[in-house]
Amino acid sequence: MQHQTKSNREGILSAIRRALAVPAPRPGHHEGEAKTQQEPKFHSTLPIMGQEPVSSWLPPVGASWDDWRDLFAANSVDLKTEFIVCADEADLNAHLKRLAEQNGWKKVALHHGELTDKAQAALGLETMWVDKGYDPHELEKCDAGLTQCDALVAQTGSVVMSNPSAGGRVLSVLPPHHVVLARRDQLLPDLPTAFELMQSKYGDNYPSLMGFITGPSRTGDIERILVLGAHGPKKLTVLVV
Amino acid sequence: MAIAPETLKEEALEPRSAPPGSGAAHDDNFHNPPEKPSAQFHHDADVITRDLRHRALIQSALGKYGLARASKQSKFQDWQAARQAAGDVKWEALGRLDSHLRDFADKIEARGAKVFWASHGDEARDYVVQVIKDAGAKRIIKSKTMTGEEIHLNAALEKEGFEVAESDLGEYIVQLREEAPYHFVFPAMHLSRGEISDLFKEKLGTESTDDPERLTMIAREVMREKYIAADVGISGANFAISETGTISITENEGNARLTIGLPKIHIAIFGIEKVLPKMSDLALFLPMLATAGAGQALTGYNTLISGPRQPGEIDGPEELHIVLLDNGRTNLLADPEQRDALHCIRCGACLNVCPIFKNVGGHTYGTTYQGPIGSVITPHLRELQTWKHLSSASSLCGACTETCPVKIDIAHHLLQNRRNAVKEKSVWWEKLAMQGFAFFMNQPKLYRLALKVAPLAQAFHPLIKGRKIDPMYVWTKDRDFPKVARQSFREFWSKRQK
Repeated sequence: MQHQTKSNREGILSAIRRALAVPAPRPGHHEGEAKTQQEPKFHSTLPIMGQEPVSSWLPPVGASWDDWRDLFAANSVDLKTEFIVCADEADLNAHLKRLAEQNGWKKVALHHGELTDKAQAALGLETMWVDKGYDPHELEKCDAGLTQCDALVAQTGSVVMSNPSAGGRVLSVLPPHHVVLARRDQLLPDLPTAFELMQSKYGDNYPSLMGFITGPSRTGDIERILVLGAHGPKKLTVLVV
Repeated sequence: MAIAPETLKEEALEPRSAPPGSGAAHDDNFHNPPEKPSAQFHHDADVITRDLRHRALIQSALGKYGLARASKQSKFQDWQAARQAAGDVKWEALGRLDSHLRDFADKIEARGAKVFWASHGDEARDYVVQVIKDAGAKRIIKSKTMTGEEIHLNAALEKEGFEVAESDLGEYIVQLREEAPYHFVFPAMHLSRGEISDLFKEKLGTESTDDPERLTMIAREVMREKYIAADVGISGANFAISETGTISITENEGNARLTIGLPKIHIAIFGIEKVLPKMSDLALFLPMLATAGAGQALTGYNTLISGPRQPGEIDGPEELHIVLLDNGRTNLLADPEQRDALHCIRCGACLNVCPIFKNVGGHTYGTTYQGPIGSVITPHLRELQTWKHLSSASSLCGACTETCPVKIDIAHHLLQNRRNAVKEKSVWWEKLAMQGFAFFMNQPKLYRLALKVAPLAQAFHPLIKGRKIDPMYVWTKDRDFPKVARQSFREFWSKRQK
């Protein structure tokens, strides 16, 4: 591609270096302390993320799995997420069938995975698999999109998903109902733990999309009144087994 | 002090900032200012402060924000420590901005993205237009980008004949009204559901409704087809992670997820100050942005993009273009005193708590970034003398500094802008007036004489009060002037001592 406009990488970088000739004082400190920015080891003097303190500033989460489950449930009420902890796989299947009946699902979209394959078998509905490519018009007509995830975050009631874990970028946002299938051990306490997980899971080879989904799609753009289903799913159901 | 009743009747006056239908939002105000921004500010402020309908809407909307924010912030174990850390992380990031940006660009390019470095808005616009032309694309879907607003991207794209749709509900509403966003987080906060219903009826031919849900569904239906049909998706970014070459996009509606999921080309445009050193920094910044921005524990969708579709992935755009924009940011970076204004994560909290913003409204500022932070940065991004009046639109109450999640000392920066403006170019009559005042205050005899004369002179004030020949006109056109005491405190005290 031949672009008429030239990218000005070196120009901007040198403008930045010129601008930074005089160091700035640290926020909340006085000007005399400005020189600390020049010290090579200052990284270790800052309470940078990935160390203990962050979790101790964010909202508390409790210590046990039961605490996390209760917190995720409380956050789900707030967010209008439907959160169901299933006793076993039979219970999960019963919940899926109930959801299909209540919401009048005729066709569902899924990606292949341990939990989604079983769910598809249990539902026995017309199915669209997205794994080998899909027509967005067809996907849009599906009544629900069923996906797996990377993790659940109790602190914020969020679902952590990524391109490989949830059937690509679109399956979790285009159908009007997003159903997340998760294992019990995927429930994590807080955000720092979730980022640690993503780092250890994907390391230097991050998927092109990772996302935190916190509740169904929402807007407050009209008089700050909450409306669900602005552009993405109107309903979000999280099933844990 | 009460507003004099006769002034309320002047409501027929229209604000001059981007009236609906004027297409003013599409004008490049930067290059062709329709009038002096300070004159426009004063005129619009005058009109809007008396608009009781505006007042009721803003108070209701921001009342809801205030409650939600207080509830979510109180859940933090230590909000103040989190603020300090967030400020420190941004300070670290900006102190080494050159190496962080280089790392970010190298990493994301290694994953297949193209990075374009734009010194000015026109370079960024030209590049975006060129990318779209090269691809032979026609239809563009946008999720919210304030940087796009800053460089008047929509106007440039429409001029080229592209079809551009704003997918964020608030942005879509103001796009239909052909006006600029009212608030950089809540773009349509100044409109009632009735006005939005009328707008949809006029532009889309839908039926009238006063149900916000029904109105939202109208926009949903319109947009659904556009996401699927669009060739290009344009987004902004809230953070750029140098460690991994990742951008982070925060939104509630799912419109950004669709914008960067379905079209073949994704263009992300944002300012060079958005860098954070590490991905794990987001564990702090995402909840703080959500809490300060809209009173949420976490925003609906936080999406991390590390490149276009990778081998083995099901979907995603084939091309990812990153446009890094300077556009005056290095000017602000060069000022160590105010450099921390670049820490801003655009949560909009300082607007939401600002007594001036609540009274004059967002359009009055005439800037892309409204409110206290806009008043601080606009003179640096554009030009000080033309935009210095914004720094005087402050009561210096400090609510902005107090609320800022990254601890920018906004109130002091407003004072520094005022000082810098005078230092750079003083106004002759202001200088003369201050010299006169200093002379007067240094003459006790003159001062005492004035105290004696003032009550007498005030007796004649009603003859000219509130008229343009009144030396106190700016004050007295809307307000009463306090009554000068018959007896000074000095006189009172010396009598008492006897």
